[in-house]
Amino acid sequence: MDLSILQNSIAPLTLNDLFSNFWAYTITGLALGAIYALVALGYTMVYGVLQLINFAHSEVFMYGTFATAWVAVFVHGTKSVSQSLGNTIGLLALCMVVAMATSALVALLVERLAYRPLIKRGSPKLVILISAIGASFSLAEIMGLRDRIMGWFGLEDKLHNYVSQARNVYSSPVTVDPHKVFDFFGYGVTDVDLLVIGAALAMMFALDIFVRRTRLGRGIRSVAQDPETALLMGVNSTRVIRTTFLIGGLMAGAAATLYMLRIGTTRQDAGFLIGVKAFTAAVMGGIGNLRGALVGGLLLGVMENWGSAVFGTQWRDVVTFVLLVAILLVRPTGILGESLGKARA
Amino acid sequence: MGIKPNLRALAVIAAAGLALTACGSSNSSTAAGGGDCGHYNLAFLGATTGDAGALGQNMVGGIKLALSEYNKAHSDCTVGLKTFDSQGDPAKATPLATQIVNDDSIIGLVGPGFSGESLATGKTFFAAGLPSISPSATNATITQSGWSTWHRVIGNDSIQGAADVKYMEDTANAKKVYLIHDDQDYSVGLAGFVKDALGSAMTGEDAVQQKQTDFGPTVTKVTAASPDAVFYAGYYPEGGLLCKQLRQAGYKGLFMSGDGSEDPAFVTTAGAQAAEGAILSAPAAPAPADFNAKYKAVNNKDAGLYSTQSYDATNIFLAGLEAGKTSHADMNTFIGSYEKTGVSGPIKFDDKGDISAQTIYAYKVSGGKLDTANPTLIK
Repeated sequence: MDLSILQNSIAPLTLNDLFSNFWAYTITGLALGAIYALVALGYTMVYGVLQLINFAHSEVFMYGTFATAWVAVFVHGTKSVSQSLGNTIGLLALCMVVAMATSALVALLVERLAYRPLIKRGSPKLVILISAIGASFSLAEIMGLRDRIMGWFGLEDKLHNYVSQARNVYSSPVTVDPHKVFDFFGYGVTDVDLLVIGAALAMMFALDIFVRRTRLGRGIRSVAQDPETALLMGVNSTRVIRTTFLIGGLMAGAAATLYMLRIGTTRQDAGFLIGVKAFTAAVMGGIGNLRGALVGGLLLGVMENWGSAVFGTQWRDVVTFVLLVAILLVRPTGILGESLGKARA
Repeated sequence: MGIKPNLRALAVIAAAGLALTACGSSNSSTAAGGGDCGHYNLAFLGATTGDAGALGQNMVGGIKLALSEYNKAHSDCTVGLKTFDSQGDPAKATPLATQIVNDDSIIGLVGPGFSGESLATGKTFFAAGLPSISPSATNATITQSGWSTWHRVIGNDSIQGAADVKYMEDTANAKKVYLIHDDQDYSVGLAGFVKDALGSAMTGEDAVQQKQTDFGPTVTKVTAASPDAVFYAGYYPEGGLLCKQLRQAGYKGLFMSGDGSEDPAFVTTAGAQAAEGAILSAPAAPAPADFNAKYKAVNNKDAGLYSTQSYDATNIFLAGLEAGKTSHADMNTFIGSYEKTGVSGPIKFDDKGDISAQTIYAYKVSGGKLDTANPTLIK
């Protein structure tokens, strides 16, 4: 019986399905990839400045998803409602502001508690890496045990709508119904698709300008290029690192709201999978490179969908990781090359 | 100097994180048996924390209710419960099974909770001769392994799969059905039986992953195949999202899933509007009217899926103890000949340990909530 299921999951290895619904797979893939790209920014910026992988970034994102759902519960109560994007846009903006603030705050906490003390001591990078992993687990468990934590303060009943069944799926009560805006080669592009892709692109564009044109951005680039010389030139590296975490957190918060707009549910371990994907996107595009994160994220989202179409959905990760290895074999520094300081930023 | 307090704070947070993680996976005993008649305990093995922790807690609640009733009537010879939390993970269940068989005070096991952990631990319990009654493990292959100490008070997946197809074809008039599962032991088993029963009515098939949240490619495949019904074998966190994303893509047909999705959280996950009209089948009748009140008095919360089954399973062991069956072999023989109607339905085991009367019910989402009181019996 197991064998027959295996055969059947390989059997539909056909390109027909991909080509007959090509734009449906591609555009939903782009919307997914846009979210990967926003989260990937957090990985890529911290790597650019510190040459460290911020393993806690997936939790920064996860806190943003909860913030989004909490705002929706706060405004609407727990009764499940479906409405159009137009009627939700105000709530969505509020959610995004709160989620960005929450994620930025969590990112700053991670920097303050898990990074700065160790960086100041000149700890080996491996130690800082482990500290970030510890922060990641702690943050996820705090979210997963929030009912008990609130119980210590006697707030469990009062905050029942926000903390009960902390390890279960937590849903936003507001579902946004996508509406078709126009037909694109047979795929009805929806307003939600457009908003997600558009918002992600706008955010990326703004960040790109910020890093290239502003004083603080120049500081980030200088620390990424040569931390010691930057220090000699009077750049406050602690401040630059803090800003880097802050920006990564803001982008993750925005990604979290867009994710909740598309998906609508979260849980305490929701960050893990998307964190792995976003990190992959960052490496694919060239870690340390902002535009690389965008290219990597969009490419990853699209490849996942194409891979699912051709081989079956359970093969999506195999397809994307084979692709990642293939890209790194040809271009070891990723598609657009490494470095926040040197190449592009 | 400014560094030290920070480091300390970090250490405290890290240590707290580890400590909290640790207490999530440890096992605990709630009460030991007492009196002058030996110290007997029942064991529960299943998920009481983790993703499926809510289901395990429903089961523990049923056990506690049965025990509290028994212990009230037998205050001179009370029976205790030892809870072993596997988080539903076969790898975590295996060492716990060894702990259970090495504990001489344990007379029987209510569990294991899920199919994966049942398959992983069945041999250990069988070798030790420890009788077990699962309230919830429905994978059909478990009872084909020849473990004569293994029983369940719930219909298995082969019966459910056939009944689900019957509902889709006869009641919902579906001619084309799209089948999706999540690659877990339970889901692959159930999907296999649905597929067998569907035959040529199956128009397509896809597998998703647990914890997946974006089902874009699957949705595209389904809408391209335009089936009359979609059957999802898996659990509600994915099932609910899949249902929502299908509806958002304009899918109008029936959405049906099995007992893994039969939970009110299916509706909150999918959103009330998308979930409306979905059919979730379960090999379980609704609880009798007064069961929930009794359950709530002991557990301070409402009964849930598998509460009635674990209450019944516990009562079988307690009836055995009352009849003086205090060895594993005697208890096992007693279970084999047990015949009585419990709160979940008539209970009698066949020679493989499956329950003889297997009934499957279709629960419908209507008016924005899962109607758990008025299911349709699938005949």
